[in-house]
Order: sequence, then structure tokens, then C-alpha cells
Amino acid sequence: MSVIEDDDREAAIPGQRPPRASVGSHRIEEEVFGKAYDPQTVRRIWAFVHPYRKKIYLSVAAVLVFTATQLAIPLTIGWAIDGGMVAGGDTANLLWAVVAFGVAVLLNFGASYVQETQVGTVAENVLFDMRRAMFAQLQRVSLSFMDKTEVGRLMSRLQGDVNSMQEFLETSVISVGDIVLLFGIVIVLLTLDPWLGLLTLVTMPVLFIVRIFWLPPAKRAFWAAHETNSLTNGAMAEGINGVRTVQNLERQKVNFDLYDDKAYHNLQTQLTGSKFAQVMVPIVDSLTGIAMATVVLVGGSLVLNGSLQVGVIVTFLFYIQRFFDPIRSLTMQYSIMQRAMTSGRRITEVLDLPVTITDKQDALVLTSDMDGSVAFHDVVFGYDPNRPVLKNVSFRVNPGETVALVGPTGSGKTSAMALVHRFYEVQGGAVLVGGHDVRNITQESLGEQVAMVLQEPFLFTGSVLDNIRYNKASATRDDVITAAKAVGAHEFIMRLPQGYDSQLEQRGSNLSLGQRQLLSFARALVADAKILVLDEATANIDSYTERQIQKALETLLEGRTGLVIAHRLATIRGADRIIVLQNGEKIEEGNHDELMALGGLYSRLYNMNYASFDDIPEDLVAQANAKAAST
Amino acid sequence: MITLKAGRDRSRGDARAHLAAVHAGKGRTPLVRISIFSLRHYWQASLAIGATIVASVLQLMIPRLLGHAVDQAQNVLSAAAQGAEQALFWTAMTLLAVSVARGFFTLVQNYYSESVGHHVGYELRLAFYDKVQKLSYSYHDRVHSGDLITLGLLDLDGVRMFFSTGLVRVVLLAVLIGVGAFMLFTTDALLAMLALSFVPFVAWRSSAAQLTLRATWLVLQERLSVLTRVMEENLGGIRVVRAFSGQKFELGKFDAASKAALELAHRRVFIRVSNTSMMTFSFFAAMGLVLWVGGNKVIAGEMSVGTLASFLTFMTILQMPVRQLGLMVNSFARAATCGERFYAFIDEKIEIEDKPGSVPLAITQGTLRFEDVHFTYPGASHPTLTGVSFEARAGETIGIVGAPGSGKSTIAHLIPRFYDVTAGRITIDGQDVRDVTVESLRRRVGVVQQDSFLFTTTIENNIAYGDPWAKETKIEKAAESAQLHNYIVGLPAEYDTVVGERGVSLSGGQRQRLAIARSLVTRPSVLVFDDSTAAIDAGTEHRIRSAIRRFAKDRITIIIAHRLSSLMHADRILFLDDGQIAEQGSHEALLALGGRYKALYDLQTRPDEDIEIERAAQ
Repeated sequence: MSVIEDDDREAAIPGQRPPRASVGSHRIEEEVFGKAYDPQTVRRIWAFVHPYRKKIYLSVAAVLVFTATQLAIPLTIGWAIDGGMVAGGDTANLLWAVVAFGVAVLLNFGASYVQETQVGTVAENVLFDMRRAMFAQLQRVSLSFMDKTEVGRLMSRLQGDVNSMQEFLETSVISVGDIVLLFGIVIVLLTLDPWLGLLTLVTMPVLFIVRIFWLPPAKRAFWAAHETNSLTNGAMAEGINGVRTVQNLERQKVNFDLYDDKAYHNLQTQLTGSKFAQVMVPIVDSLTGIAMATVVLVGGSLVLNGSLQVGVIVTFLFYIQRFFDPIRSLTMQYSIMQRAMTSGRRITEVLDLPVTITDKQDALVLTSDMDGSVAFHDVVFGYDPNRPVLKNVSFRVNPGETVALVGPTGSGKTSAMALVHRFYEVQGGAVLVGGHDVRNITQESLGEQVAMVLQEPFLFTGSVLDNIRYNKASATRDDVITAAKAVGAHEFIMRLPQGYDSQLEQRGSNLSLGQRQLLSFARALVADAKILVLDEATANIDSYTERQIQKALETLLEGRTGLVIAHRLATIRGADRIIVLQNGEKIEEGNHDELMALGGLYSRLYNMNYASFDDIPEDLVAQANAKAAST
Repeated sequence: MITLKAGRDRSRGDARAHLAAVHAGKGRTPLVRISIFSLRHYWQASLAIGATIVASVLQLMIPRLLGHAVDQAQNVLSAAAQGAEQALFWTAMTLLAVSVARGFFTLVQNYYSESVGHHVGYELRLAFYDKVQKLSYSYHDRVHSGDLITLGLLDLDGVRMFFSTGLVRVVLLAVLIGVGAFMLFTTDALLAMLALSFVPFVAWRSSAAQLTLRATWLVLQERLSVLTRVMEENLGGIRVVRAFSGQKFELGKFDAASKAALELAHRRVFIRVSNTSMMTFSFFAAMGLVLWVGGNKVIAGEMSVGTLASFLTFMTILQMPVRQLGLMVNSFARAATCGERFYAFIDEKIEIEDKPGSVPLAITQGTLRFEDVHFTYPGASHPTLTGVSFEARAGETIGIVGAPGSGKSTIAHLIPRFYDVTAGRITIDGQDVRDVTVESLRRRVGVVQQDSFLFTTTIENNIAYGDPWAKETKIEKAAESAQLHNYIVGLPAEYDTVVGERGVSLSGGQRQRLAIARSLVTRPSVLVFDDSTAAIDAGTEHRIRSAIRRFAKDRITIIIAHRLSSLMHADRILFLDDGQIAEQGSHEALLALGGRYKALYDLQTRPDEDIEIERAAQ
């Protein structure tokens, strides 16, 4: 058969990668080489630390004590030796030295415990506080911001950025200790013996300089290892999530090779990273060796001159063991600070997001005894103020009435629905609920009186019961079951392993679309609001479920004011009134028969006999428009 | 500069050669298997272990040398030591040489043990990825993708790290403590005992703490993932939250999850800190004892100051590795549990594989036959298909309709062998699908799935997914047939627009059209639409159908759908009921039959008007 010769796959050259194939999708994060200190960001971070400042002061004090004891321990050993530790010497001095040693050790124990627990818990607290502040802010910011922003990007701020702040807080108190230790060692060594001290300390700047040159390429190598690792893991996750499609299209071999490229590249960068990390070991060890040799050689000759005691040599040797630690951690701290400043800036960006929709000071609380009407008065609205989506739209939905909003894609139906809930602020005119401008009502009470069903049912992880009840805490189990029965969801819920207590996995992915839809109806029913705003689903559901949904919809609208973005002709015909929107303007209004008699856009679209207005191809809509305009 | 472009290194061998090695030691305990697998890199592993031994011995020499130096320095004062200065010089030089050498050997030790770990990680990754791709649908139905990702990330890492953090550390500690203790005991038994007195305590605390920390870490991860989920769902469902004024409710959920995680995080801080503080304290306490007892010995003339100094420095050297004993214990515990899970996955039986001696599918007539096919999903009590038989010839279109759960999609999944039939057989041109190679079968059978996965890459690469060598014209033609071309050319980067999770998001209908285009590119002999036009409007669907029909002369098309307008034009329609074909025939014949199909048809057409949707679509 002809198809076989036409198969380009046969042209594949072994070992070569196909031109149009890739695996994985990880986005490479930019390397951070920013400022290590930004006063404004630091001030904002400090605001989060401020409530815990007493603990911070305490731990800084503890760090100072801790560092002092670290300096004291080698000194007491030296004193013990020089205080008469020779054959036939005096044990009294030794006893005092050992007692001093013991005191230092006890202080060291207490101080390190206090310091580490305080810093550790404060850092955790600040981390959680920051995350909460961001999360709470995101609950208030306008939806127009949320519309534009990827959830993944926000999550990386709520997690990654906050974590690097935690790391920064934990290490910064310790680096205070490191700085003190560094100066402490320098001072102690110079006091014990200026010459020997100076000669020993010469190695310190050497390491410092070596690290300054080493750090940038090493950081790049570590970063590359980290990023290629993420790339490889991203490809793996994609391979798992898309495995059915991969097998379906027989991409295993190609994908294996592409994955191998990534994994192998990661292997190479990891090895480079290891080289960079380990190359410091012999350098530090050699410098330590030089310092020790210097002490032995120079110290020995000083002892010969009689200007130095043996105990001092021992003290020096002890200090040298800890000599390079502060330098190592201080140079690391620099990168941590760079990262923290960048993260801090990103965190403050979220915290500073403007909240455009707020309750007025004297906003009134909408109660269930309001009349339940909805009215649009000359409403002008656009996501971009220069391009209005709704242009002077006025209509009224009387209490208890069901009004269908219809119109081609982009006519402004969804925006109109969002405005009833004050998701956005109108640019002109007003939206009235129960006779009150929505801007004069508290948002919370508006939400309680206006229930909303979205086109895409959204469920939360948790039990079926919790999903139907959502935040209506007063709803009892019976209320939930009654609602589920009313919308016809009870049967399938009872078939789930634990009935109403069954857990929904991954946003209800274990349920069919139709079932999720019914649950979202039940949720709206439990909310028991006077007004229902509903965006009918467009996706095709099997006929049986669809029937159920239609019936549920009738139940839902009973005794309520309904504003429905209708897609199905059955729903449209069942409405008390139909409002036809087009390009943001209301062009027709009336019941089905009136509109049919009018012979406008509605009747033309209706006569095309599509099962839904949304099914009608755009070119046919354009034709209908042209005809409607000409008549 | 380090770049992230993966270069193709010709010198590296065939990656598939590593795949068999992962099965070495099958049936043995995980730790044995990991060791066998790691030690395959024998020269790197020997270098690492050899260097560890040398570096440890060198490190043990340092306290000795320092002790000598102290004694020599003291001897300088006494007239008896003539060559004291000379001796000091040599001690200093030896000290320097030993330090440099130790640094070098530590470098070798660390680098090669990490290198073994990285190589092992690379090979395990390949084996894991290969296995994921090979395991059939029934496995992936059973195992949650999140669990697989954890397996490939965390468990794999636990196995990979075993050599460097477990095995090498055993050698290091054995040499340091063993040889060190020997040296100390031969010098002064009492002082040696005091000097080492902190070791058992620290070893115990550090192991216990690490194991507790590991256990709490696992719980913390779980609690943090709950918190993550609360945040993700809140942001993803922000409209529902706002619509029901659920902000306070959501903050309550957040606080509860956050508090649970924070409490545990605090507890972990206390576990960690109280253990490290205690370990440090016990170390210093032992040092104080050595100082007191040793000092008295010096005063009594039984010991030199240098020996005492070497005891004290020896203790400082030993402190760090002993503290890390907990990490070693942790590494063993982690490798044992991770290894068990990982190897259980690697050893998983692949259900659908080529039979020995299977040949590629040869298509001659292009006839598909279901012969009394029965199918029951693994673990299910009820059969999904019972005795399904039908035949389809090249050029024919078969429609399959039925209530949810009647077994429609199962038919789609059996043809390319995503599952194997329980009884009966499926043949293409007389060849049982189980007797031909899976690859050749799947290349000839295209299934457009209900929820096709969109890869985060360009539209072009997505369409060419099944044939990444496809020429541009072929891709465009497929997109045109799927009625997607016009949309694509309206995008800013046209065919190079990145879609998927991190790209432009497509609507349900657009995704389905892309999936159709993707299947068209592979030009299958059997093309199955598994309810894959549900989100596409009837008009567009009609145009797709007419476009495809032009190339369908040699092909069998099977359409599975809820919407009758999608399949009423088929040559034959199968009405499935509870796994059996209840009715079959053309649309007209089935309507005339007046059975279940007719009832469904009536349900779908508007109750008060008898207008055929089909006519509207044309």
C-alpha cells in the first residue's frame, strides 16, 4: 500500500536525532548575579522579622557567647600546658585550667542550643508568615491580575522564593558569628605572639583571594549541574505523564535517545561541578599544612629564644584547625545574600500588588430579604479600557425570572456575568443587585446572595461532602444530600466507594465531566442564594448525563432569579426572556417567539439548526449578521 | 562559559548497553544489588576506596607529627637536644607534605566516589525511563503518575547516593576509628579510653537523630504537599473561590495546613539542635577529661606534653566523621527502602511485549477482524467486552456508540494492543495482533485519544510527534485537514508557537484538533477516533470529516462518539450495550429497526422538532 513508502520515519539514520523532536520542557531559570544588599528589600524583610526581634537579639547574643567560648577553649588548653604542665609541676594550675575549660564547654553548650533553636524557629516562622501574607494578598487582588498570571509562576514565589529567604535568615545569624570568630582569631593570635600570629595569618588572605577567583566559575558549574538536572527531571516527568501518547505514537526509541542526551549532559555537568567543589580541598589542606609548618618552625625557634611558651604553640595549632571555616562560609553567604535579595524583591512584588476592588467603608450587607433583581444600567466595561467589551449595555432581570444571555463568541456574555459578581469594576454605568449598586455592597454578602456556576466545573481535593458544602459551614449533611438528590447526583455519589465521604482525587479527575458538573450544581444549590449566575457548559457530554443536567438546571432555577449564559437551544427556549449580545452591545431582547418574529440575528442563527449557538462556524455567523443588518 | 546545550558526544557508548546491567543480582537484597551495580565501575570505585584509606592514614599522622613538634619544641630548651632544631625543621616539612598529600587524596576520594554516584545515577535514570516507556497501560492505570515521579526522583537518588554516602563512609570510619584507636591504645590505654569515650555516645545520638529526622522529614513532605495543593487549587480555582466569597474559608484551609507543617518543622529544629548540642558537649567533656588526666600524667612524668597534644588533636580530627556516622546510617536505611521500591519497579513484568520470533505486521488487504473478543480489565470483577465480533475493510468507516461504560473505548485500546484480549482474537489481514511486533502494529494503527497529552514544545513538534522526520508540507497538510491550520497561522510564531503546560494554552477543541492532526501525520491504516471530537463544534467536525475522507480510501476509520451526528454517516454503526453489540447496521437501517439506537437518536434531536442535525452540518 502506498502509505508505507510515504513514511518518512523509514528515512531515519541510526544514531541521528530527528529534526522535530524534543523531550521535556523545563524553563531555565536565570542565574542570579544581583546585588547582595538592597536596603529597600532588607527593610521589607525586616518587617517580617520584627515580631520576632527579641528572639533574634537573644540569638545574636548567644552567637557572641558561643563564639567567645570557641575562642576560649584552645586558650585554656594552652594555659593548662603553660601553667606548669611539666614533670613535677603544680596540679593546682591544671585544675583551674580544666575548670575554666569546663565552664567554657558548658557555656558553649547552652549558647549553641539557644542560638540554633531560636534562629531555626524564627526562620521557619518568618517563612510561613511571608507565605501567608502573599497568599492572603492573592485572595484580594483583582481577577484581572490573576487572569494574566500563570499559577506556576505564583507558586514558585510562594515556595522557592520563600525558601531562599529562610536559608538567608538561618545563615545570616551564623555569619555574624563567623565574622566575630574571624576577628577573634586574628586578635587572639596577634596578642599571643605578634610575629608568629602575622606569619600564620598570611595564609588567610591567600584563601580569600583563591576563593574570589574560584567562586564565579564554580557557581556557574554548580548552576549548570543544577539546571541540567532539572531539565532531565522535567523530561522524565513528561515521559511519565504523557506515556500513553508516547506508546500510542511509538515514540519510545526517539524519546529514549533524546532523554539520554539530557541525562548524559547532566552527568557531564555534574562531574564538572564535583571537580570545582573538590578542588578546594587540597588548596585548603595545603594552606593548613603551610600554617602548621610555619607554627612549628617559627614557633620552635621562638621557643629557643625563650620568647614563646610551648602551650602557645599548641593553642596556635588548635586555632589553625578552625582557621578557614569562617572564610569558607562567609564567601558562601555572599551568594546566599544575592539570591535572597532577588527573592525578597519578588516577594515584595506580590505583596505590593494593588487591590483595586475593596469594600466601601459604609458598604451595606446584602441580606436574603432583598428582592433578588439584577439590573445593568448603561454598563461600559473592557479589560483594556480603550477596547470596551461591553458598550452601554442595559437590561433588567426581575425577581424570579430566568434570562438567557446569548450571542456569538466574544460578544461579552462572560464579562457581563463576571460583573454581577463584581469580579471587575465597570468603567461606566452601574450594575445593580437587589436594587443596590454592587460597589456599595460588601463583597462577602454579595457572594452569599449570588451563586455562580462556571462553565468548567472546578472541584477541590477533599470529600464529596466538603465539595458540595464548600464554605457554607451551616449546611448539614442532610442539606448536602437533599441538594445532591435534587440535581440527580445522589445515585452516582452513592456508588462511590465511601459515598459522600469519598475523596476526590486531583480535582475530581476520577469523575466524569458530567458528574463534576452535577456536583457544581449541587454546590450552588446548597449555597441557597437568591440569584444564580450560570455559564452553561459547551463540551459534549453523553446524552444520558446531559438529560440529567437539563433537569438539574430546572431545579436549580426554581424560585431564583437566573442569569444564564446559554449554549443549548433547549435552555434558551426555556428562558423567560432572551438577551442577544453582539460585539458588546445588546441587539435584541424578548422571548423566543418574539425574537423569532423579529427576524433578526437570533432567528437567523436559530434557523441554522445547530444544536448550540456556539457550534455555528464563524463564517456562518458573519453571513447571518450581514443578512440581519441588510433587513 | 558553561552552556546548557546538550552536545552530542560521539565517544560515549551506546546508552542501551547499560540497561541490562540493572538486572544484575536479581533476587538479592536491595543493598547487595546496589553494591554490585555501583562496584561495576571498578576502577573508579577502587580509586575512591584506595584514596579514602590513604587519606585517612595521612590524616591520622597529623596529630602524631604535631605531638612530635611540641615535644621537640620543648626539647629545644633542654641542652640535651642538640639536633632539636634540625628535627623541628623535618617535622614541619613532613607536616606540610602530609597535609598536601592528604588534601590530594581526599580530592581523589571525594571526586571518584561522587563520580561513581553520578554514573550510577545516569544509568539508573536510563533504566527507569526505559521501563516507564515499556510498561503497558494496565500498569500505568494502576500506578499514580505522581508516585512514579517520586520513584524516579527521590528513590533513584537514594540508590545513587549509597556508594558515596554509605559504602565509602564505612571505609573512612573504619580506618579512622580502627587505626586511630590502635595508635592511641598502644600509646596510653587509659587516656585512649577517655579520648574515645565520646564516640559511642555520639554515634548513637547521631544515628538515632538521623533516623528520627528522616521519619519526620517524610511526614513533613506530606504536610507540605497538602499545603502546596491548597495553594495550587486556590489559585487555579480562584473564580470559584471569589464566586462563593470563599476567601476566609480558603485562608482557614491554608492556616490549618500551614500550622500542621510549621509545628513539625519546629519539632525538627529541636530534634536536630538538641542532638547536635549534646554531641558537641560529650565531645568537649571527653576532651576535658583527657586534659585533666593527661595533664596529671605529664606532671607525674609519665607522659610528654606532645603526646597529650596529639591526643587532643586526634580527638578534633575524629569529631567530624563520628558526627557524620548518622548520615551513614541514614544512607543505609534510605538505600534499603528506596532500593526496594526502585528494584520492585525495575523488576515489574512487562505485560505487552513482542513474542519471540514475531515479525512486522504486513498489510495487504487492510482488513480488521474482531473474533469473539472478550476483555476484562485487570482486577475488575465484570467483563467489559463479551463476545464482540465484527469485520472492517479498507475504506470503510465504522461508528461505535453506546452508554458510558459500555466498552467503546476498550475496543479502541485493544486494536493497538494497549491491552491484550482476555479471550478471542483480533486480526489484521489474518495476523493476530499478538503475533506481530508491537512497534509495527502501533505504527499502522492510529488512535486519537479522548484526552491526548500536549507536550510543551512547538505546535510543529507536537503535530510531528509520531513522525519527527516529517516534512513541513506534511505537517501543514495534516493541520489543514484537522481544521487547525488557520488558527495556527494566526498565532504570533505560527507553527513555532510553544503550546502545552508552559506555553500558549489551547482550548479543548483546539487540543483535540491537534491530536487529530498528530494522528494524520503518521498515516495509519486503521484510524480510531476515541470520542475525540466531543469538544469540537459540529460544523468544524464536519469539515474535518470531509477533509479526511479524501485520504481514507485505503484506510479503516473507526469513530467512537456520543454525538450521533459524528458517526451517523458511517458505513456501519455498532450499538454497544454492556460489552456486547446490541444492534448494528447503517444509520437508516438502525432507525428503521426502532430499537435502542432509535431511542438515543430521539433523545438527541430536539424533542419538538424532527430536524436532522446532519443536514444542518452540511
